[in-house]
Amino acid sequence: MARSLKVLVAKPGLDGHDRGAKIIARALRDAGMEVIYTGLRQTPAQIANAAVQEDVDIIGLSILSGAHTGLTRRLKAELQKLEAENDFSVIIGGTIPLEDIPELKSMGVAEVFSNEEPIPNIVDRIKEIGQSMAGR
Amino acid sequence: MSYDQWIKRSRSAQRAPGKTTLNGREIKLVYTPEDIDGLDYHNDLGFPGEFPFTRHPYSAGYRGRFWQMRLYSGFGSAEDTNRRWKFLLNTGNNGVSAAFDLPTQLGYDSDHPEVVEEVGRVGVALDSLSDFEVLFGGIPLDKVPATFNINDCGIIILSMIIALAEKTGVNLQSLSGSLANDILLEYLVRGTWRFPIKHSLKLHADVAEFCIKHMPRFYPVNIRGILLHESGATPALEVGISFAAGLRYIDECLKRGITIDDYGPRVSFFFASGQQFFEEAAKYRAARRLWARLIKERYGPRDPGSMVMKFTACFGGHWYQKREPEVNIIRAAYGILGPVLGGTQGMILAGYDEAFAIPTEKTQRLALRTQQVLAEETDAAACADPLGGSYLVESLTNRIESEIVAFLNDLESGGGILKNIESGNLQKKIHDLSYQSRLSEDRGERVIVGVNKYLAETGAGTEKEANLELHRLDPESIDRQLKRLGEVKRTRDGRAVISSLQDLRQAVWQDKNLVPAVVECVKNYATIGEITETLVDLFGEFREPRII
Repeated sequence: MARSLKVLVAKPGLDGHDRGAKIIARALRDAGMEVIYTGLRQTPAQIANAAVQEDVDIIGLSILSGAHTGLTRRLKAELQKLEAENDFSVIIGGTIPLEDIPELKSMGVAEVFSNEEPIPNIVDRIKEIGQSMAGR
Repeated sequence: MSYDQWIKRSRSAQRAPGKTTLNGREIKLVYTPEDIDGLDYHNDLGFPGEFPFTRHPYSAGYRGRFWQMRLYSGFGSAEDTNRRWKFLLNTGNNGVSAAFDLPTQLGYDSDHPEVVEEVGRVGVALDSLSDFEVLFGGIPLDKVPATFNINDCGIIILSMIIALAEKTGVNLQSLSGSLANDILLEYLVRGTWRFPIKHSLKLHADVAEFCIKHMPRFYPVNIRGILLHESGATPALEVGISFAAGLRYIDECLKRGITIDDYGPRVSFFFASGQQFFEEAAKYRAARRLWARLIKERYGPRDPGSMVMKFTACFGGHWYQKREPEVNIIRAAYGILGPVLGGTQGMILAGYDEAFAIPTEKTQRLALRTQQVLAEETDAAACADPLGGSYLVESLTNRIESEIVAFLNDLESGGGILKNIESGNLQKKIHDLSYQSRLSEDRGERVIVGVNKYLAETGAGTEKEANLELHRLDPESIDRQLKRLGEVKRTRDGRAVISSLQDLRQAVWQDKNLVPAVVECVKNYATIGEITETLVDLFGEFREPRII
């Protein structure tokens, strides 16, 4: 029996705007996924640990402070420390300039969502990402 | 003939589709005297500057001077922001409005290992008095009003203001401006909290008490309802929660012997604006009238000035679109109409590129010009409360006032604002609205020109296509900041720092007003991080209720 997709919705760094993160968390839960919301002020180390402990499939980062590149790089390093770099798909939402997306993708980020993307599209895309991981 | 009779007589009126405003209020085809039956000019409106101040807080309206046009800005290191502030002042900004970066707002130094990506991003990086001196280089504190969006660490910034004033021979009595000092809304929707509620309220009252005694032209609190709006709250909730917070701050100060006539006139608010300008104007009028009535009823002030609700409004970046961003210029022009027609004391307007990043000089200049044109070239500010007497606007004003009252009564019977923050109930209430609102938007229930209707054939979205040059953080500014921080730590008197931090501890143990002790720390160039860590050590940290 296929278990439902498990997603960690995280607020890394100091940004305190949680409207988007909470909307996504709720939408994913309403779509039948298991969602863990970390709350604010998570360090990359805390997020990596939570992802491993909770055995999630996808790590979602919500960042509106412009600190996305640095925080993503640090998350990757923390996941490497735990030898869990390939165990999760990482997705990002927030205020991300288009020109930063290639670098994020080169770090292994599966998708970067604009805050204008309709929620049903985001949910579908996350389902897709989950399915593409099923083979591992 | 009544409205209902008129409808029955007109087939086209009967066939006309119903309409709700953006805020969900059903709107009739036309408004008539029926809709304001019972409205009493003296009790419900009053003249400008007369209780209940519905029409305008001041008798002279905008004739004395227009609303304060004071754009918000800050980024990088103090030099970068100082430069932008001078540009804005030369462009017509009435004073400066400081945006601090997240480490500064949260009491972390720029060299803290966990915050390096955040330094200088959403505002200016400050670590010590040295940065503050550079920030205000060539900007005299006594000549330029200054607003500071700082909350749990507000006492530290206030202390820097005091220290700089002393250093530059400026009398504290001459300083004008404001501090947000609005921690309750941070717990609810913005997240720049550090300390537990009880201790944050003490810091709030320390700041207010000091300003009341020594800085009579300074507003020690600016309650930012706009944050609630941006998080999904309806106008009634925006004003209602703001008022509940305001009353709680007043009560905190009254506990230590400050009177309503001391604090009342020093309370200010900050509300959102939208493009539904009639509804927005009605919201501000309702808020002004209700606040006056609430203060009168609850506290029985002697000074009428204690009942006057003063506010700044902001049309913010979340209204803007990435597609065809030049259309945001138009949105901005409509967005400032509501506050001006509603008698605002100040206006912040986001640059039209703020759907992408913090604004550039170019877009901030345009934001100022948008306001200047309204003030100088139109008749929007020609007389006070031009919409007074409008059947529509008076009816909306009444409705919004009763919605706010209903919310306040509910909140009171539900245990009050603090209890509902601690439990996460109020946060959840706001998020429920936010979720529904987002779903409704995704269903296309709100028309956004150029985005979900009237789509341009060729790609007219993205910053590249719009030829927008966006603000980017200059990485050298972070280096500059870290260098200066290192310099400060090397050259200051380390023993004086330790001793003044110890005196701060003493002051906490003795339950004193902490401002003088923090001023001493600041004058010795103790850093924001060092001062905050001292307080965290004594107060602990807030535990966020994590409710989706």
